[in-house]
Amino acid sequence: MATVLDSKKACAVNPLKMSQPLGACYAFLGLSNTMPMMHGSQGCTSFGLVLLVRHFKEAIPMQTTAMNEVSTILGGMDNIEQAVLNIKKRANPALIAIASTGLTETKGDDVDAYLRLIRAKHGETLAGTEIVYVSTPDYVGAFQDGWAAAIKALVAAFVVPAETPVAGRIGVLPGAHLTPADLEEVRELIECFGLNAVLVPDVSGSLDGHIPEDFTPTTLGGATLGDIRGLGACEHVIAIGEQMRGAVERLEAVGVPCTLFDRLTGLTATDALVALLMRLSGKPAPARLKRQRGQLQDAMLDGHFHLGGKRVAIGAEPDLLFALSSLIAEMGGEVAAAVTTTHSPLLARVPTTEVLVGDLEDLEMRAVGCDLLITHAHGRQAATRLGIPLFRAGIPQFDRIGTAHQLSVGYRGSRDLIFQLANIFLAHMHAHGPEDWPLPAEAVAAARGQPAAGCGCGSSISDEVVIPIIPA
Amino acid sequence: MDARVSAKIQSVFEEPACEHNQNKDEKARKKGCTKQLSPGAAAGGCAFDGAKIALQPIADVAHLVHGPIACEGNSWDNRNSSTSGPQLYRTGFTTDIGELDVIYGGEKRLFKSIREIIEKYDPPAVFVYQTCVTALIGDDIEAVCKRAAEKFGKPVVPVNAPGFVGPKNLGNKLGAEALLDYVIGTEEPELTTPYDINIIGEYNLAGELWQIRPLLDALGIRILSCISGDGRYHEVAQSHRARAAMMVCSKSMINVARKMEERYGIPFFEGSFYGIEDMSDTLRQLARLLVQRGAPADLLARTEALIAVEEKRAWDRIAAYRPRLEGKKVLLITGGVKSWSVVAALQEAGLEVVGTSVKKSTKEDKEKIKEIMGEDAHMIDDMTPREMFKMLRDARADIMLSGGRSQFVALKAKMPWLDINQERHYAYAGYEGMVDLVREISKTLFNPVWEQVRAPAPWETPALEEAC
Repeated sequence: MATVLDSKKACAVNPLKMSQPLGACYAFLGLSNTMPMMHGSQGCTSFGLVLLVRHFKEAIPMQTTAMNEVSTILGGMDNIEQAVLNIKKRANPALIAIASTGLTETKGDDVDAYLRLIRAKHGETLAGTEIVYVSTPDYVGAFQDGWAAAIKALVAAFVVPAETPVAGRIGVLPGAHLTPADLEEVRELIECFGLNAVLVPDVSGSLDGHIPEDFTPTTLGGATLGDIRGLGACEHVIAIGEQMRGAVERLEAVGVPCTLFDRLTGLTATDALVALLMRLSGKPAPARLKRQRGQLQDAMLDGHFHLGGKRVAIGAEPDLLFALSSLIAEMGGEVAAAVTTTHSPLLARVPTTEVLVGDLEDLEMRAVGCDLLITHAHGRQAATRLGIPLFRAGIPQFDRIGTAHQLSVGYRGSRDLIFQLANIFLAHMHAHGPEDWPLPAEAVAAARGQPAAGCGCGSSISDEVVIPIIPA
Repeated sequence: MDARVSAKIQSVFEEPACEHNQNKDEKARKKGCTKQLSPGAAAGGCAFDGAKIALQPIADVAHLVHGPIACEGNSWDNRNSSTSGPQLYRTGFTTDIGELDVIYGGEKRLFKSIREIIEKYDPPAVFVYQTCVTALIGDDIEAVCKRAAEKFGKPVVPVNAPGFVGPKNLGNKLGAEALLDYVIGTEEPELTTPYDINIIGEYNLAGELWQIRPLLDALGIRILSCISGDGRYHEVAQSHRARAAMMVCSKSMINVARKMEERYGIPFFEGSFYGIEDMSDTLRQLARLLVQRGAPADLLARTEALIAVEEKRAWDRIAAYRPRLEGKKVLLITGGVKSWSVVAALQEAGLEVVGTSVKKSTKEDKEKIKEIMGEDAHMIDDMTPREMFKMLRDARADIMLSGGRSQFVALKAKMPWLDINQERHYAYAGYEGMVDLVREISKTLFNPVWEQVRAPAPWETPALEEAC
């Protein structure tokens, strides 16, 4: 449907995009008792860490190999060795998960080989701690690509193929665009059919804002190594987002049946998931789910008055862009501008005429005349300049709290999202004034008895129609 | 490494105005200020981060980051430095280099980017920040900036502080070096007065400069340039005509203060806006320096009169909190900058400081803390998050004042916490700032949420547990 274009500018202005290693580390944060680490200069980790802290308002465990220029040129083997040993000693995690950066990729560090050597040298010291590595250069792709690469690496490293699947075990591979609340909703949907859900990764376990009993230096909650290994013994795996295709292909290669949903926002999308769960469980949909579906139908009926015909500009990563755009279009709105961060086969299917891989300056220029801007918190300056409301979606949202609990999947999430969007339009309803429907010059001239054509310049006819006053 | 960067780093390490540096022997000095970072156990920003923090508050400049998306995309518009006018510094500009740029070099893209910015935004100057990847592949940003400045007739300033040369505080200084090399002294002000000063190393976080400015305005002291909070390019370019300068005590820009003294004869002192006594001392020193440099001597008496009025007004307001705050225990974990100056204000409000960090404090600072808090002052050199958590949970403190890094340690221990670091949203400078700090402490301590979140859950209530 949509034409996909690349920005022709040399300079990105007001970036929409975040980098791959950060997306990878975000995925690792959804694993239990884990220490994510970027192999790069300390600033790479520091920026990413601050961004996630400000979004989630949570402590974020994330380490760095602290490369300097000398170690970069000589190669980062020593730094990775020291880092791994330091982390083992100080935090003793079940998993150390390493993402490369632009710096170490430019040098060309062979981290897989380093890790084999380190394992051989310190096997005993490192017993009980797994190490996984994913290549994520900053200068390729974007945040969701890093997330996808990390999960593909986890599947490749740990999944154990099973002879017979465990009855009722359903694996879930969520995309980076789903919030902790979204994951909880997916889990509940699966469990209400009497099935067991195993989410990999599971940021709803680690970044949902719970209060732990004690201080811990690693992630707390999330998918365990056992959960990842156990993906191989799932009856079925549900992946959410086109970005998960790589991981799905790996699972299918070891014989795990998978279904990839391009989105779970909206009625038809949720119906498709529910239909699959009915087939997998052999059970009818529970009454409360039927009720939720009715609520969503009602929300769509109430909401279409406010969303119908509205022009919306969206800046988001491909999977989130597709989910939001599809919902807007299904509600009768128009996706008038769409800007994204990276390429995806999904972009051509976004319900709009053109999708640009660009930045927030591009979005701002294309959003002129729109009724609503949807993007992450960095859109706040553009929304102010445009004089239109901003609906925050995606990461980062540093100027709001409770971002982990934004829900937009399933019947309930779609219902709430429709209400939120409609309420924005209600709050910004344009009240009409006397100047709103001016007549064109042609009509005014006609009413004054002037000739229809010509501008009337130099004409002696008065500008005003003289209205005689009739005394009472 | 780029020889120019290497030379710069050596020169900022040999800072003669830094007492800390002068107390080292020859060998230690050569090693520089940067501790070797420990991989896997390091925290904190890189040199690029530091340079950006130091210069980005110059509000009308376009700040262009030459590198892959991480350096700007993961970090832009995340500082709380306020402006009274132009917003351009909040626009994120980056060359966002791709794989092909890494292979073929990114200089052409950089040059084109500078042109696009000048055509679209027409700023008084463009600052170009080097990053690790573009430094590693050998992009010569100095040459590109020189060519662009000639071609477009506008200052284009290279800031050569790629992340991997060191930590954030080194980056502060390298950023400052760019101002010394390319900006300061390149323009003349229309007029000068005997009351012109520079404030160096103040970033106007949360608008703190505006807690100070009314005091200076009242005395007739003019800030010729604040480097760099709420700064303007032309003001910085003209700052060499100030009569005196204040260097904000964090020392992040000591090189600017000292070199401006060397080059332009502008005397400076090290002062602080935090704490009532410090604020008064800062005003006194400013007045003294200006009078020494030829300002009318009545400035001294006027300054004393202002101090007397403002100190009394502040102490009276702080004392009003005494009945509420008397005996409450505070744990003060700052970056270490003169924590004693805040301690005095907390004590005046009746608070008991049960511990204070001295990680970056000098020997003199520690003596001063002993003087104020007594011989058994609990000075903390380095506290792990786990220790902090334990100290708070065991209720050995009622509230923690610290930077954002330890925020969640306190909150997850269900303990009151107040942000006093650079990311904070409240302004705590000057007399007004100290009163506000005490007010915030009171507000935080007496919030009813603490009692509620600490109450046991129904399933933790023994009577209920037995019943079920």
